[in-house]
Amino acid sequence: MKQWLYCALVLVFAPHLAAAEMPLNMTQGVTEISGKVYDLHMTILYICCAIGVVVFGVMIYAMINHRKSKGAVAANFHESTKVEIAWTVLPFIILILMAIPATKTLVAMEDTHDAELTVKITGSQWKWHYSYFDQDIDFYSNLATPMSQIEGEETKGENYLLEVDKPLVLPTHRKIRFLMTSDDVIHSWWLPAFAIKKDANPGFINETWARIDQEGIYRGQCAELCGKGHGFMPIVVQAVSAAEFDTWVSSQQAAAGAAAVEAEAALSQSLSLEALMAQGEQVYMSHCAACHQPNGMGLPGIFPPLKGSAVATGPIADHLEAVINGRPGTAMQAFGKQLTAQELAAVVTFERNAWDNNTGDTVQAADVDNHGK
Amino acid sequence: MVSQAKSHHKLIVLLVIGSVGMFGFGFALVPLYNVLCDKLGINGKTQNTASSYQAMTIDTDRTVTVEFIAQVQTGMPWAFAPKLKRLKVHPGELIRTAFLASNHADRRIVGQAVPSVSPGQGAAYFHKTECFCFNQQPLAAKADAELPLIFYVDPDLPESIHTLTLSYTLYDITDKQASDALEQGAAK
Amino acid sequence: MNTLTRELNSVAEPADQTQLHEEDHHHHQAPKGIWRWLLTTNHKDIGTLYLWFSFIMFLTGGTMAMVIRAELFQPGLQLVEPNFFNQMTTVHGLVMVFGAVMPAFTGLANWLIPMMIGAPDMALPRMNNWSFWILPFAFTILLSSLFMEGGGPNFGWTFYAPLSTSFSPDSTALFVFSIHIMGISSIMGAINVIVTIVNLRAPGMNWMKLPLFVWTWLITAFLLIAVMPVLAGAVTMVLTDKYFGTSFFEAAGGGDPVMFQHIFWFFGHPEVYIMILPSFGIISAIVPTFSRKKLFGYSSMVYATASIAILSFLVWAHHMFTTGMPVFAELFFMYCTMLIAVPTGVKIFNWVTTMWRGSISFETPMLFAVAFIILFTIGGFSGLMLAITPADFQYHDTYFVVAHFHYVLVTGAIFSIMAAAYYWLPKWTGHMYDERLGRIHFWCSVISVNVLFFPMHFLGLAGMPRRIPDYAIQFADVNQIVSIGGFAFGLSQLIFLAVVLKCIRGGEKAPAKPWEGADGLEWTLPSPAPYHSFSTPPEIK
Repeated sequence: MKQWLYCALVLVFAPHLAAAEMPLNMTQGVTEISGKVYDLHMTILYICCAIGVVVFGVMIYAMINHRKSKGAVAANFHESTKVEIAWTVLPFIILILMAIPATKTLVAMEDTHDAELTVKITGSQWKWHYSYFDQDIDFYSNLATPMSQIEGEETKGENYLLEVDKPLVLPTHRKIRFLMTSDDVIHSWWLPAFAIKKDANPGFINETWARIDQEGIYRGQCAELCGKGHGFMPIVVQAVSAAEFDTWVSSQQAAAGAAAVEAEAALSQSLSLEALMAQGEQVYMSHCAACHQPNGMGLPGIFPPLKGSAVATGPIADHLEAVINGRPGTAMQAFGKQLTAQELAAVVTFERNAWDNNTGDTVQAADVDNHGK
Repeated sequence: MVSQAKSHHKLIVLLVIGSVGMFGFGFALVPLYNVLCDKLGINGKTQNTASSYQAMTIDTDRTVTVEFIAQVQTGMPWAFAPKLKRLKVHPGELIRTAFLASNHADRRIVGQAVPSVSPGQGAAYFHKTECFCFNQQPLAAKADAELPLIFYVDPDLPESIHTLTLSYTLYDITDKQASDALEQGAAK
Repeated sequence: MNTLTRELNSVAEPADQTQLHEEDHHHHQAPKGIWRWLLTTNHKDIGTLYLWFSFIMFLTGGTMAMVIRAELFQPGLQLVEPNFFNQMTTVHGLVMVFGAVMPAFTGLANWLIPMMIGAPDMALPRMNNWSFWILPFAFTILLSSLFMEGGGPNFGWTFYAPLSTSFSPDSTALFVFSIHIMGISSIMGAINVIVTIVNLRAPGMNWMKLPLFVWTWLITAFLLIAVMPVLAGAVTMVLTDKYFGTSFFEAAGGGDPVMFQHIFWFFGHPEVYIMILPSFGIISAIVPTFSRKKLFGYSSMVYATASIAILSFLVWAHHMFTTGMPVFAELFFMYCTMLIAVPTGVKIFNWVTTMWRGSISFETPMLFAVAFIILFTIGGFSGLMLAITPADFQYHDTYFVVAHFHYVLVTGAIFSIMAAAYYWLPKWTGHMYDERLGRIHFWCSVISVNVLFFPMHFLGLAGMPRRIPDYAIQFADVNQIVSIGGFAFGLSQLIFLAVVLKCIRGGEKAPAKPWEGADGLEWTLPSPAPYHSFSTPPEIK
């Protein structure tokens, strides 16, 4: 019945929308809380519609029947204390009825105790950083949609702008606590399927929780304006069964161990300029090109060019410093923690030799490590 | 007629005082906000001065989990982590723990840790008798340090709170401190 | 003429002998051309200046909206890059709020309040001139910052720190400076309105006889004086944080970025009512006129306005539910916000009851007024939904919010300003406007504005965040419809320009009281209203 009412409403106001594949209503989500939020949303919507029908009904009746062109003569009443009191008290009672379920849901939403898993979410321009509190798993989640799709050179994929290189993996049927904070400006982690939207404030932490009922892939976006890349930092959660999650955790831990060994090996290895350039170009395109542009020209006045720049052609140490530790107070982030020593070495080598910079320098992973990554 | 000019004048003066007053009120909101935050725990800031610990009855029936999180401002070449991530404590018990910091850069860097407690209401019940966050932390090039933290959880902590998360974000204030020193020097 | 001026001055500023002399001087060789407008202290001239300025800003901000809608016409980045897109959303908001809506209301206040209360002019004519003429400077500064290297403000009209401090473009100082000037202009305007209403009412015009437009403006003026200085404080803190090393909003120095939002919204929420209370006054004048029936519940309207104004100081944090507040604070702000529905409801019920058993006709002002009542109420409903904190977590910062505030500001504030323009144009110009063109303008506007904003509700519910330059493909179809509505609404406003120009140039002569059911002192004056009116106070029955 409720669905029918809503459909009727949609048809009345927006018949042209029927063809769109977009859902027209708030998601019911996959947690108990998101279901409650949906119910609350629908309840309030129906109450508003009912009030609207009565008020507009009276008004439209008057507009049709009390028209001068129909010979209507104006009545002469203009005051009634009784009526005024009635339409002050009646809405008040309706509001109290609305407030009761709203209060209950809110209190439940804020009750984060007895969580079985804690994930810290850090927003930074313009990606999310997830770390599992007790599992020692830690990774960045970047937009996976290629620039060519955004710029229209390639057909847009099904999950255009809502896909990441590494999703947040979470177990179902466990209470998960999220701690939010930020590295730079305010971001807001929004996942409609969990009815979670919480700001990530720099220097402060916020918390919220979810217990996921259904396995699946859920997508969301940053909801607080955080600069140029605000529209390009999606959230993808992959909810798996508890058993699968445990397997995933151990595989991640093993992979982290292997990566550490590899990184150690990279330190003693010396790569050719060509090899470094090839790897560096890949790293550059996925991490640097959004601001400094694929041609290294930057955007005048906003993002400095690298082609022929003092940093990319000057002392190697200064160049490493800028890439590893960023430039505080500017959009230049620190990549020291996001990229491996090998990747950093490659991208710095690339920047020093691409676009006619041609310094001929090669930077090795060991140089990066010595710089104090 | 003259009386009207007078009443114009009076009213204008009142309204101008009103708007200047509201401009001042805008700034007064800053300390007001901080006081309200302290009292009500709106933003999870903990007090930035040491509290004293008097022997009190330890509520051994109740256990509160205290979790520590550390973060470093992007671009600051420090490693910074809690010695222990999680502690189970009884309200009223005095606990000593520490954070480990190391400076990877080859220059001296001054850090300042900014604390934040979640849930925010818990902040008012988290008392620190000694904390590295009360002071600036200078570390020489490539140096390590163990930064102590001594605290207790107030026995009056509301029953609804079972876990307190204390986060420290470390900021590089070397430049700011240097410019302050310069200014002080200039003033002399 | 001379005696008239003398009399006028003796009422307005009797103590200022120099001015008296100067004014005499001006009238001997009536200043012409640009000087007339630069030096004018006449409330009607200044009202006209404000209204034209506001219309120019409306078109400027509208052009930016067109850029936004063109970029969002299809997914992908086509026309502008994201940083410029952010500048467009920011400056669109600032220009529409501070350049279009607020000056339009000040313009209406200038034209109408003296005529409505039987005063010869505004109480402080010199200040009136200043408060207008600093506005074009403020907006020149703001708009010129768009052409600076690094671009203009790109942090949203709400300029949340630290995006507006550590991470903002170099032109932020210009943004701060222009906001300061706009604030000073508004405060001067508000002082003028209050002094005029308190001191210059014609004998016998007691408080409960004041037209509601005057009442709502009086309350608005107090809100302006209470909150514009707080905005000035907020931008000053942004300025010192960015350039002078203070740490009001910088966690590193012991500040708190969330505090910025508290200070901003302490200004921002009353500001929302600053932009709607005068509309209530306009609608309360137009609905009775075309229903040929007295306004129902005059005194309850006054009390409702006052209680909305008071409540507006207690609800600011409902803009910040997701920032992480303790439950008791969330509950407090939720309850207070819901409470605002009560006085607002009273107003709607009063207007509907005024129409009930009236003798209604639908000239253009009434068409806009009726559209206002329906569409503003829809905006009110979505506002009530947004007040419900748990649901707000889903609506917040999505297109649902964009739909909500455009319903209250475009079909609310802007529609009421259009209604006012049509209603009083005969009084201002002495000619009737072209009724047919007026109706065409209305129907084009009301249809396109709903095609523009109604589908935005669905976009928000489906999960599209606001302030993004590019979006997922599932939102493509609806965004296309919205953009088409946007272009149509933008173009429709050119009809309005045509109507106004045509009306100024000529047309059927307007009688003193062109509307049969109209009531009020302004209709006792001939049309167009003489340059100096009510030099001797009228008699109030």
